[in-house]
Amino acid sequence: MNETFTAAVQQYKTINWLWLIPLFPFLGATLNGFFGKKLQDRYGKKVPHAIAIGMMTAAAIVAVAAFIELLKLPAHSRFLLDSVFPMIHIGKFHVDMAFAIDPLSGMMALIITLIGTGIHVYSTGYMSEEPSYWRFFCYLNLFVFSMLLLVLGDSFVIMFFGWEGVGLCSYLLIGFWYKEKKNATAGMKAFVVNRVGDWGFVTGLFFLFWGLGGSWSNIDKHYYPDLAEGGMPRYNVAVVDEPAGGEEAKPPAHEEALEHKGVHHESVEVGPTVVFRELRNQLSITAENGARPLADELLKKEVWGIPLVFLIGLCLFIGACGKSAQIPLYVWLPDAMAGPTPVSALIHAATMVTAGVYMIARLNFVFVMSPGAMTVVATVGALTALFAATIGLFQYDIKKVLAYSTVSQLGFMFVGVGVGAYWAGAFHLLTHACFKACLFLGSGSVIHGMHHLTHHREHAAHSGDDHGGEHDEHGAAHGDDEHKPRPQINDPRLAPDPTDPQDMRNMGGLGALMPKTKWTYLIACWAIAGFPWAAGFFSKDEILWKAFTNHSTLVPGWFIWALGLVAATCTSFYMFRSYYMTFEGRAPSAEHKEHVHESPPSITGVLIALAAACLIIGPLLGFPSAISHREPLLAQWLEPVTNLTGAYLTGARAFADNHALEFAFMALSIGVATLGWFGARALYKDIAATEARLASLRVQYANIHKLVFEKYRIDELYDATFVRAFTKGADAMAWIDANIVDGLVNLMGTLSMGAAWISGAIDKYLVDGAVNAVADLTLDAGRRIRHVQTGRINNYVLGVVVGVIILVVITSLV
Amino acid sequence: MSALLNIGLQHFLILSSVLFGLGLLTVATRRNAVAILMGVELILNAAALNFVAFSTYVHGLVAGQVFALFIIVLAAAEAAIALAIVLSIYRHFHSIDANDTSTLRD
Repeated sequence: MNETFTAAVQQYKTINWLWLIPLFPFLGATLNGFFGKKLQDRYGKKVPHAIAIGMMTAAAIVAVAAFIELLKLPAHSRFLLDSVFPMIHIGKFHVDMAFAIDPLSGMMALIITLIGTGIHVYSTGYMSEEPSYWRFFCYLNLFVFSMLLLVLGDSFVIMFFGWEGVGLCSYLLIGFWYKEKKNATAGMKAFVVNRVGDWGFVTGLFFLFWGLGGSWSNIDKHYYPDLAEGGMPRYNVAVVDEPAGGEEAKPPAHEEALEHKGVHHESVEVGPTVVFRELRNQLSITAENGARPLADELLKKEVWGIPLVFLIGLCLFIGACGKSAQIPLYVWLPDAMAGPTPVSALIHAATMVTAGVYMIARLNFVFVMSPGAMTVVATVGALTALFAATIGLFQYDIKKVLAYSTVSQLGFMFVGVGVGAYWAGAFHLLTHACFKACLFLGSGSVIHGMHHLTHHREHAAHSGDDHGGEHDEHGAAHGDDEHKPRPQINDPRLAPDPTDPQDMRNMGGLGALMPKTKWTYLIACWAIAGFPWAAGFFSKDEILWKAFTNHSTLVPGWFIWALGLVAATCTSFYMFRSYYMTFEGRAPSAEHKEHVHESPPSITGVLIALAAACLIIGPLLGFPSAISHREPLLAQWLEPVTNLTGAYLTGARAFADNHALEFAFMALSIGVATLGWFGARALYKDIAATEARLASLRVQYANIHKLVFEKYRIDELYDATFVRAFTKGADAMAWIDANIVDGLVNLMGTLSMGAAWISGAIDKYLVDGAVNAVADLTLDAGRRIRHVQTGRINNYVLGVVVGVIILVVITSLV
Repeated sequence: MSALLNIGLQHFLILSSVLFGLGLLTVATRRNAVAILMGVELILNAAALNFVAFSTYVHGLVAGQVFALFIIVLAAAEAAIALAIVLSIYRHFHSIDANDTSTLRD
């Protein structure tokens, strides 16, 4: 091997306390899971939440410490590794229980632990009337543990543990109020839909492992120049210690670069691996002529004529679709709103649903190799963004609006990671975590307030029957119209159910009663709609700009951009619609004034913190380079994670300096946001005045309204196709089971019984007969012989004498 | 007459045979336990007589006499134990008829 190879080998620092981050929530979940009920019964509700929040705080502190540790390292060595113990070593398959923090997972760990802690605090207020309080905190801690495993795992395997763990916790928490069948069904739906995604994830992983030479055959030998005897093949590479330009993603042109910078030599293991770091190392190996032996080999592989890299990307994206609720697997997320609102905020907005985005951002160096996969990601993301946003337009359940908004915003993130703007996708993930958590928690605060009113109404309606004292139905009592017969337009069923605390038509004018909730909600609305200064402006704008300028996807950038822009308009409209319908719209009624109050400080405090975050992080982390002429802070921070993608992403340069166009786009974004805002304001600011107009509009566009209101009847479509097909299939299987399988089993049973009967007969008549005959013979003989024993001594003596005489006679005769 | 005067081994043997026969007859025919014991004593003494006679006429040593002594001692011991048994039989059955003690037969 005379060629010189270079590689961007990930330098890392080993620390041994990273495992503490997931450990703390795990401990909390264990304590609350095993002893929570006893503790709560004996010492009250303070103990379960003290345990949970204490553990969360500890995890957050360790995460912040790890983040600081990360900051101390030079940019390209920002990687902390903690290998706790070796787990599975089989052949070429090596898995350690190892945790790693790099800039991306560090960011995620901070989001999870900090927002997670906030939501734990919020839950103490929101769930205060819940009897199985301990169970809630147990699940919540378990979720955080799983999510941290997902994010901090050094390999696919650990990530998959977390991936499944968060799915489980999501299921448990959606069905938290499991006594209502609807909630349990929603949990099951989420679980089953996620399972489809998990199938994709695992299949993609298998493809990747196989593609790297994991087929355990020797046919791939020829491309490993240094195939060591009995070990993993290795490449000797030169490693540039610290590339000078942060932006320069390409490996430096060799001769002069190697002279100028500190270079050392390392050997890189190549071959199948599930460790992200090793995967990245080997894909970055570059020869002098610019060829990438391993990446090129992977690119060359095909399965059934389809490029393997595309298949890997597609399968992994299916996994991401399931977890992050993208078309066609988004249907579970709106139903997941059956769970308690803090759960919706933490799991179904801020953290778990972003796992798919995180996974694609983490594997940027794989996705970037396949323009086809990137196209799929970006297009599906853009379509989902628009599709979900239009459904959100006409929903009346405040949490459903937010759920569809989440689906839509996740679509934006996928556009970001799909067009190669990984930092922008991650940035939107971060800003979305803040503003959507704020929105959900704000809606929770409203529901918490409204609950007192609707509870009162419910009692008034059912004054006769006595089922009071149940406080655990809030958040669960809203009307779920999925499985009801389709409502007709102007149908009385469309009218609000007065006992539904989540229906926005029951609200209105709450702003005066809940000022803190109102203002934080408004700030979050600004952020999501994308008004300047608030967080969403920077992240969404960056995604749209990158989408427009990208040359990597197979569909034109302007197409994705246009979808995104329309979606952004809708976003602004439905968010302000929900704001006006909830907090303004009309003057609060006397009934509202009597029953609805501002939430306790544990709730409002968290809301204020999140609203502040919405205002701070946007300009701090993502200030556009068009204005500042510097890379945004987050882009610099994430550059070491995404620096391999530069070699593949060649587009965007054409527009890179076209600041005028970028400013024009920003103006356009602000314009559409304002358009949505004013549209919502015109229709919903004063509902009493516009009611007639709204009704006439509903009639005028009855067909469209009906279709969109019923969510394009996708659920019905799935019911009619997949659910029905599977139910029919299950019925057929049950029939086969009941008739064929059971018939065979019964036949075998009957046959066995026959054989046993024969065997029994043989035993009874032949074997027992022989035994009894022997016994009978013996008895009979005994009965005859016993007469000899007379018991008279004289007879015995006579016998002795006679015997002696006979003996004497015999001896004398012989 | 000389046969009568010259007492030899055969006389003793005849005597002991007669004794043995009488003892055996007693044991075989009597039902009284004490009588049966007495028959046994006769048989033992017949045997002892044989020992002494053979010792005197054939062997010439005193081993036979020693045997006879042992037999006498043994017979005394046997009689003591047997009488004790008979006594307790009597206490239990209120009879010393050997035929009455055949309860084990059934």
